[in-house]
Amino acid sequence: MTAPATPLGAARRLPRTLALRLGVPVVAVVLWQLAARARGSVFFPTPARIVEHGYHLWFSGPAERAFLTDAAVRDLLPSLGRVLAGFALAAAGGIVLGLALGRSRTVYALCDPVLQFARAVPPPALVPVFVVVFDLGTPMQLASIVFGAIWPVLINTAEGVRGIDPLRLDVAATVRMRPAERIVLLYLPAALPRIFAGLRLSLSLSLILMVFSELLPGTADGIGFSLTDAQTRSDLLTVWAVMVLLGALGHLLNSALLAVERLALGRHRAAHRT
Amino acid sequence: MSPATAGRKRTGRARNALLGAVGVLVAFAACEALGRSGMVRSTFLPPASEVLVRAVELGGDTTFLNGVGATLEAWATGLALACALAIPLGLLLGSVPAAAQATRVLIEFLRPVPSVALIPLVSLLLGAGSETTVALVTYACVWPVLFNTVYGLGETDPLAKDTLRAFGFGRLAVLLMASLPSAAPFIAAGVRISAATALILAVAGEILAGFGEGLGTFIAQAGMATDGTRDVLAGVVWAGALGLVINLALTAVERRLFPWAPEHRGSRA
Repeated sequence: MTAPATPLGAARRLPRTLALRLGVPVVAVVLWQLAARARGSVFFPTPARIVEHGYHLWFSGPAERAFLTDAAVRDLLPSLGRVLAGFALAAAGGIVLGLALGRSRTVYALCDPVLQFARAVPPPALVPVFVVVFDLGTPMQLASIVFGAIWPVLINTAEGVRGIDPLRLDVAATVRMRPAERIVLLYLPAALPRIFAGLRLSLSLSLILMVFSELLPGTADGIGFSLTDAQTRSDLLTVWAVMVLLGALGHLLNSALLAVERLALGRHRAAHRT
Repeated sequence: MSPATAGRKRTGRARNALLGAVGVLVAFAACEALGRSGMVRSTFLPPASEVLVRAVELGGDTTFLNGVGATLEAWATGLALACALAIPLGLLLGSVPAAAQATRVLIEFLRPVPSVALIPLVSLLLGAGSETTVALVTYACVWPVLFNTVYGLGETDPLAKDTLRAFGFGRLAVLLMASLPSAAPFIAAGVRISAATALILAVAGEILAGFGEGLGTFIAQAGMATDGTRDVLAGVVWAGALGLVINLALTAVERRLFPWAPEHRGSRA
């Protein structure tokens, strides 16, 4: 009913699909623009002003710096670096530990309750602990991101390894696969779909924790800092612009991860078919 | 299931529970040793036993319990609001393809906005109070419920729908009699995922607001006090326990209501 059966049908539907997909958001933005203009409320600036403000704030710099302004270098780059580094550490740590836990039923049973508890702790609750231990700054923020985002990857990897077909393990034993080969040829491919499901959760958690750790009083730079800074100055235009920027950033990072997933899982599926 | 395999399963489960208990003890002892050894300053990491004693003590503290109650209230209100918004919307988007296409771009740009980033805006609009926390929790919880509802509707058996249609039932009747029941386990799983997110947001909102009452407020204020790490960790123990209890309760309810759902089939049999 939804999927067009023939390429011709798809071509015929394309204008309608495009109109629906782009038309409604455009109408929504235009309505917002008109309504905000008519009301003139400080709290709801028009979309045009938000975009313009964001452009002036971050993307109107010199060409040799990829048009980034000083504010962008001060606010965006540190945040981007933290979220990427934190996510990468959480992903690597989660996959390695997950592989280690998932391979042995005994080890998994040993760690299961502790893991369940660690996962149940809302990550922001731990940030005050990291503030005391690491003081304010990048190490504290990285620790918060890694500690909050590692669990979905770790648990999903372990579950994926546990769910591996016993027949494949027997085959691996028969052909005398070495442990390293087992990990690369057997465990990782089998756990890959679940690992990516965990990575998606971790990515959005990393973004949340990046912003959260930068919102804390005492931070000196980053997107979250510019947000609190704008809040104390009641600069709603900047608050809105940061929100739009974060939405775009989240969308971008998520699309990138999905592209990697499609690539990795596509190869994985092709390998399984042959 | 034969009695023999049932028995093996039972001893397996007992063994896992025992191993789990050992694991908890080892982790506890490790934290205790780390706290006592002097390797880490005890203001940074107090021994686990002290934290646990403090956590138990807090269980008898009415002010603290009131705070936990306030957190849970914001949590439940936000989650309920999110369900009230997301389930009907999900049913609409899942059964009317045109509506799904029309809202797709909007949703894809709203969803990745990290909900914590809304705190400054929402607190400027609503003031720092429980309304702000509830609004944040609602925003964050709408997405998992919405997506799971849409996804669940897509998994409905077309035969069931066709059968009802052949009997002359209208669109709404088919939706309510065939699609909704078959999507219900997916919706419930979405609610469970949201419940965890809701707790994260409730605590995060309270920590950043820094006043009022609530578990997050308690943790934030203890974090600012000198030598407050023990209180912070006791609060974290409470937060983790709450998250665990909520998750276990919801999983149990799901298993009760939808024993056929794919997630529970394996664990039940």
